[in-house]
Amino acid sequence: MARKPKKKGESGAATTYISRKQALKKLQLSLKDFRRLCILKGIYPVEPNNKKAVNKGSSVPRTFYYLKDIQFLAHEPVILKFRDFKVFIKKLRKAIAKNNPDTAQKLRNNQPLYKLDHIVKERYPTFIDAIRDLDDAISMCFLFATFPKSRIIHAELVHLCKRLTVEFMHYVIESKSLRKVFISIKGYYYQAEIMGQLVTWIVPHPLSYCHPSDVDFKIMITFTEFYTTMLGFVNFKLFHSINLYYPPKLQEDLALEDDSELFDRDDLMSEAVAALNHSLKSVVKDSEEEEPQFDEFPQQEDQEKMDLAQKEQVKIQKLQKLFKGLRFFLNREVPRESLVFIIKAFDGEVSWDKTLFVGATYDESDETITHQIVDRPNVNKQYINRYYIQPQWVYDSINACMLLPVEDYFPGEILPPHLSPFVEEKEGDYIPPEKQALLDMQKGLKKDIRQKQVDSENEEEKSDEEQNSSEENSEVDNEELTKPGKRKSSSVIIDEEAEKKPKMTVKAGQFEPEDINAAERQGREERKLVEMMIPKKKKRLYDKIMYGQRRKSREAEHLKVKRAEFDRNQKLEKRLSRGK
Amino acid sequence: MEKTPEAASDSESSVYSDLEEEEDANTSDDASSSNEQESADSNNDKDSENENLKDHHEDQRNGEYFLKKNSEEKKVEQVEEYAVDSSDEEDLRNTVGNIPLRWYDEYPHIGYDLEGKKILKPMNSDELDQFLKKMDDPNYWRTVRDNTTGQDVILTDNDLELIQQIQKGRYPDSSYDPYEVREVIYNFATEQEEKWRSKEPEERKTNFIPQKFSCLRMVPMYADLIKERFERCLDLYLCPRERKMRVKINPEELIPKLPKPKDLQPFPTVESIVYLGHTDIVRSITVEPVGQFLASGGDDMTVKFWEVLTGRCMKTIHFNGKVKNVAWCPNTSVCLIAVAVEEKVYIINPGLGDKLVISNTDSLLQTPLEDVGAQKQQIISWSTADNEQWTQGIRCTVVHPRDVHQITWHSKGDYFATVMMEAGNQSVIIHQLSKRHSQLPFQRLKGNVQKVLFHPLRPYFFVATQQYVRVYNLLKQEISKKLLTNCKWVSSLAIHPKGDNIIIGSYDKRLSWFDLDLSTKPYKTMRHHKKALRQVAFHRRYPLFASASDDGTVIVSHGMVYNDLLQNPLIVPVKILRGHKVTQDLGVFDCCFHPYQPWIFSSGADATVRLFT
Repeated sequence: MARKPKKKGESGAATTYISRKQALKKLQLSLKDFRRLCILKGIYPVEPNNKKAVNKGSSVPRTFYYLKDIQFLAHEPVILKFRDFKVFIKKLRKAIAKNNPDTAQKLRNNQPLYKLDHIVKERYPTFIDAIRDLDDAISMCFLFATFPKSRIIHAELVHLCKRLTVEFMHYVIESKSLRKVFISIKGYYYQAEIMGQLVTWIVPHPLSYCHPSDVDFKIMITFTEFYTTMLGFVNFKLFHSINLYYPPKLQEDLALEDDSELFDRDDLMSEAVAALNHSLKSVVKDSEEEEPQFDEFPQQEDQEKMDLAQKEQVKIQKLQKLFKGLRFFLNREVPRESLVFIIKAFDGEVSWDKTLFVGATYDESDETITHQIVDRPNVNKQYINRYYIQPQWVYDSINACMLLPVEDYFPGEILPPHLSPFVEEKEGDYIPPEKQALLDMQKGLKKDIRQKQVDSENEEEKSDEEQNSSEENSEVDNEELTKPGKRKSSSVIIDEEAEKKPKMTVKAGQFEPEDINAAERQGREERKLVEMMIPKKKKRLYDKIMYGQRRKSREAEHLKVKRAEFDRNQKLEKRLSRGK
Repeated sequence: MEKTPEAASDSESSVYSDLEEEEDANTSDDASSSNEQESADSNNDKDSENENLKDHHEDQRNGEYFLKKNSEEKKVEQVEEYAVDSSDEEDLRNTVGNIPLRWYDEYPHIGYDLEGKKILKPMNSDELDQFLKKMDDPNYWRTVRDNTTGQDVILTDNDLELIQQIQKGRYPDSSYDPYEVREVIYNFATEQEEKWRSKEPEERKTNFIPQKFSCLRMVPMYADLIKERFERCLDLYLCPRERKMRVKINPEELIPKLPKPKDLQPFPTVESIVYLGHTDIVRSITVEPVGQFLASGGDDMTVKFWEVLTGRCMKTIHFNGKVKNVAWCPNTSVCLIAVAVEEKVYIINPGLGDKLVISNTDSLLQTPLEDVGAQKQQIISWSTADNEQWTQGIRCTVVHPRDVHQITWHSKGDYFATVMMEAGNQSVIIHQLSKRHSQLPFQRLKGNVQKVLFHPLRPYFFVATQQYVRVYNLLKQEISKKLLTNCKWVSSLAIHPKGDNIIIGSYDKRLSWFDLDLSTKPYKTMRHHKKALRQVAFHRRYPLFASASDDGTVIVSHGMVYNDLLQNPLIVPVKILRGHKVTQDLGVFDCCFHPYQPWIFSSGADATVRLFT
């Protein structure tokens, strides 16, 4: 029996994809609603491997989705709500047009609303999945928390974002899961380790809202709607995982002040929670839980790995108690929220001027304060028993996993470079000397960075002097050497003249120093010879890899040169200033 | 500090006076003296004098420095600088302030000192005094008068140096180098920033410019923060995703596993002898079959014979044309060499080596020719040498219709073939030495013949045209194979002594290895050289072959052919020999191996022949 001839577009790749236009038709949605649905459900376009086959021979640029994705969307209950909403808008318009305020009000009261709970559950079947996807959600909520209320962005959403982020920060503080912090020009970067997953997010610098012209806030709001729902679930689960009440409660009741009648009690409570300075009430009372210790497994195959993991564990435990016993006081010009968050997350105690924000626990005059964080060149009234430091000290200390020497961070000092903890140098990369010094310090080579720099400078100066002196010496030597040399040669000439006929002599063999580079050169040549024999097919790939490697080393070299130049200039400037 | 009524006059007027005085006063400038007063406490007049001098010159030099001088800070620094060498023996200081001194013209004094006493004008010395001073005082040339105090001041060495610096148009402080500092760094940063800005937003490596702030409170908001987050949102729901396989390959894995050159010894590694004597390009070299002598010929119209081991030139024969090719007869019972000079091929007995062989060769060539009837229709004519030529060593001359480019001997040493370029069907001619007879082997020849070659063992004949190599069976008189070289222009051809493999060098940098049993296509093509190949050669005994190129190198490779037919030849480049200088884009012209040592000779455009051992 003869087979039917295959028709184009009825099998293979063409049937696994669907263009956006087709999808809209299939779902009977407007483009706006379709986009919203895609955002909520996490459906994204795909690039087919063979675009021409999928596009049925046409080369018109089209967006493709998986057919299965679209079929999956078709069963979404939210679509029904979208349609209801469309009807609602139509009715409302009609009512307003007919000047029926009562009907309009009635309609408004019954406005169809959609819930996203089931979508969260569907998109993240396990809790870990949700945590993996947390980066964008938290960053977005932190951003929205800074927004002012506007016609598009409702105040409720901003408040919700604020509440959720505060809750999340509370969790990070209580669970001590913060690992890295970094101040960049874009904002504060944080990285926490939650249930074994690394979550990184960015918090904008305070007061950084400027209304951009080319941003569609509706799209961002759709994302935020989903993210807030998700973060609500995640926070709930996280709080319960460490035995905290979910709508967070403070452990000790705040001694409400006299004028408390003027405020709403709830507002005050949420403010106090937002202060981040009080620990939360736990479900289990006084549970001084012992931290799980590493058990010894004798005769493990991968003993090295175990050791490494154990070392890591110890390091993290040390980091979690970095600021234990330290009492900080924040001046009013430093960013309060960020500093309170990180200080509390590493077991420190912190307070501020009580007129600044709710939740201050002690005054500036408290004698037990160990560090006062200031961000101005000079402080009027100084207490002698505390360090006055700039905020960068806190961040740098956390990244270094140790309390750094405070001298470099005194008010008005030129701060040392703030190095990113997210950059991990591999072999062959450029490592800035500051970082190298830090690494050495972490390894236990107890040498102060500053000290080292001073030392190196001294050494350089010394070496300069030595060079000078050695030059002088060598000059002297040369003179001394040449004089007898001349004498010798002249005597030789005399001898020759005397005898005229050159004697047959055996000269003492001279030791020829072995060429150190010879082996290296030979190795290079052998390498070149072998490279010649790489077949053409692989040659391009090989060249590409080698080119990449060369470029990398070139960049590192470039940075090194730049650094050397910078150092030189720095030294010169210092010398000049010293000369004056 | 007290001020006289005169000194309290309008400050503006003092400025004007400053301008006036500037022009006429040669040695001093009182404009700054008032400033001097304000700042200095323990300066003697010497210093103030210096100060003035300095100021004056600087004013002339550049306005910028003048501005600096007038600024208060600068003053203080300067005072500190000079405070060290101030001697308080006489503190004569005029306190009149910044006023024109001509106001005092009518008075016997010129101002008041710190205690308010009058400073009297000094005695005006006449010209004779001046002259005597000039003669007697060794410091006369460095003595200047301070107009404000009327005292003579002797300038110190430091002052002089300072003045000289200013006179030369340099910075007053000789230790200050303005070109060392800062600018480099600033340029660097701005350069980078410009580069960043000039790129399209998509092409930038980072979407921000790194900035430096002295403290946290200086860090401003980030303008693009919301936009970046929005773009991230767009990426999440709009950007088509594609699964890309990333392969992590260690570059070492791509390198073929080959034996180390060290294990494939012997092969030539170092340059040991350079044969100097030619004055122009050495086009061709050939080694005696025994390996004792070497002949070379080139554009300087000579053929030189060298002793291989000593590098000594044994003999030179001059011709009246450029020597294109030299080829030693492989037959060891005769001592003959064929030399191609323009249209002629000379058969030469160089008279080197065994005397018996030499005389045998001569007697062989002296036997009279049988007059063959066919000779009349030939375009090639043989002629015996005249006396003069005979003494030179030339025994026969074969005259061709066109320039001869290549001579190649059959392994028995009786036949040899010559190639003429652009001669159509007559490009290739085979000569028989014993009968002194020539014949045209091909009635029709396709293509432009580049090289020809006899098979070392079997009656085959290779003809290389620009793109193909045709293999002819001489017995059956038919073509047996046509090799496709995949090159644009074949330059050279060599055959493995066992006769089953040939290599081809081409002007498009390629070297192709053909296994004749395997295929008519190259078994391996290598592009090791950076420029055109000129010559390829096989070693007779060792599994070595070499290629000479215009890039000035000779690459020696190990080319092992196995008796087992199933095993492919092993090709490993073992050494790049450098030595020849590239002159006018021409490098090495010819290379040939020693008949039984692992040595290689090469000749080049730098008029040298080199031996690598």
